[in-house]
Amino acid sequence: MSLLSATGIEAGVGSVTACRGLDLTLKPGEVWSVLGQNGVGKTTLLLTLAGLRPLRAGQIELDGASLERLSRKKRARKMGILFQHSETLFSTRVADAVMTGRHPWVSGWRGTSRDDEKMVQEQLDRVGLEGFDQRMVTTLSGGERRRMEIAALGAQQTKVVLLDEPVNHLDLHYQVHLMRIMLEEWQRRGCAVMMVMHDINLALRFSNRLLLLFGDGETCQGDVASVATESNLTRLFGHPLQRIAAGKETLFWPL
Amino acid sequence: MGGSWVWQDWVIPGLALLLALLMGLSLSIGSMPIDWQELGVTLRTGESSVSATVVFDLRLPRALSALVVGASLSLAGVLMQVLLRNPLADPYVLGTSGGAAAFALLVIFLGLPYQGIPLAAGIGSVLSMGLLFLLARGEGDWSSARLLLTGIVLASGWGALISFILSITQGAEIHSMLFWLMGDFRAVSPGLTRWILLALALALGLFVARDLNLLAGGELRAQSLGVHTRVLRLGILFGASLLTAAAVTLSGSIGFVGLVVPHMMRRLVGADHRRLVPASALAGSCLLVLAEMIARTVLAPQQLPVGVITAFVGVPLFLYLLGRGHRAGSP
Repeated sequence: MSLLSATGIEAGVGSVTACRGLDLTLKPGEVWSVLGQNGVGKTTLLLTLAGLRPLRAGQIELDGASLERLSRKKRARKMGILFQHSETLFSTRVADAVMTGRHPWVSGWRGTSRDDEKMVQEQLDRVGLEGFDQRMVTTLSGGERRRMEIAALGAQQTKVVLLDEPVNHLDLHYQVHLMRIMLEEWQRRGCAVMMVMHDINLALRFSNRLLLLFGDGETCQGDVASVATESNLTRLFGHPLQRIAAGKETLFWPL
Repeated sequence: MGGSWVWQDWVIPGLALLLALLMGLSLSIGSMPIDWQELGVTLRTGESSVSATVVFDLRLPRALSALVVGASLSLAGVLMQVLLRNPLADPYVLGTSGGAAAFALLVIFLGLPYQGIPLAAGIGSVLSMGLLFLLARGEGDWSSARLLLTGIVLASGWGALISFILSITQGAEIHSMLFWLMGDFRAVSPGLTRWILLALALALGLFVARDLNLLAGGELRAQSLGVHTRVLRLGILFGASLLTAAAVTLSGSIGFVGLVVPHMMRRLVGADHRRLVPASALAGSCLLVLAEMIARTVLAPQQLPVGVITAFVGVPLFLYLLGRGHRAGSP
């Protein structure tokens, strides 16, 4: 059973082609990391999978239905995305910002319910922001803000989760902590996760599948053990990398 | 957001009460004072008397016009600020009012039937806002400076066109020039169409209030949460333009209402459009009913254009917000 599947897709923007003729299947419990150099089109691919950028070729199915034909609301109930950067035009309270994740589940005139509020509270607790609900968004630190966005994504309760550099620019201990709490629940709920990652070792540690974008549309995918080889990654980053065994973990060290 | 009854919930009923009070005051104050008792009798019976003439023919139409124009301009401001992603957006500052006024004047100048004025004003404001939207958008990124510059240039362009038309029109009085450039009220009632437009805009604004909140948090994110952003933005563009046109054809270009009112209301009720939309409409009405009252009493028997009063409030606030870096709309 696949939650999100792409057949023969080409994604790109301007002169950049992220992938060409790519077949991809995201299954429950899978955590994918997308790796590649800057400007290779990782974000573009993610946005295309989310239906936010036009597809150049191929087809995408979300939970067995054509992505194009699904209504926006149904799409938003099945697939959520965390953006690399967030915008705030007007500052709001943290609770309201997290509540925006409930939007696809609340209709028209009907307001948000007690259950929605409970969900917001749960998600805030999960990311360690209990007691922050009345704070204004603009008063949060970078890390707190990222956690708030992750809480909003959690409140959306989707089966497919797309993350664009979820822990970039965060302190080291935050990175590991956040990855853990995010993935724990999503894996428990049988979600399929795909994330664009910057740090290769963090990616290897937290994902079980890899998608490498070499640029110019060339890709390589598979489970971590088979794809994460010295030769693949050296080619990917255009810089020699050495594989180091560290206990149960495998690390790649730039030479 | 549900739960306990917080003080913000009192703002909207409070403003409604204030508006009723100001309306009463506006009918009673003036060169011929009418006390509340007499006013009550006049309003109840509607018998013809001197005070009835003053109330029904002079003060009530102006006060109702102020009410409708204030609410329309404030709503237009709220909508434009979301569409253009800038808390400084205002129909007057960015030339939307100017576009409506210029097109309305064009109809008069060309000797076309007067019934065409509202339509022309509507076209003028949609055109002006559409131009602004396309020109300021650039590469898809919103630059605040570019938006404001584009809008201000558009506004002065329309202003020049208005001045040109007025200066070559025979017998154009200086006062009518002020009317189109600065904005003022005449003893004309708002008319049914404007009431309907305002009611419709208010209802739709409340209906999409949560979508507006999302759009303010970024277009892509709003899309990913199921908002049909293209339809919403088009709706905002037309809604804000038509509200502006409705206001301008009634009262000329009264400035800064759409800037001042949403800003104040965001401080009072927060940035949630479910509260901001009704609060801004009410506060806009209050502000203009008050301004109209001040304009005709403060230097009586001299009458000031109402746009002068709103500019006195709006210009310093605009400069203050610009200086502060207008990153977030509330503290």
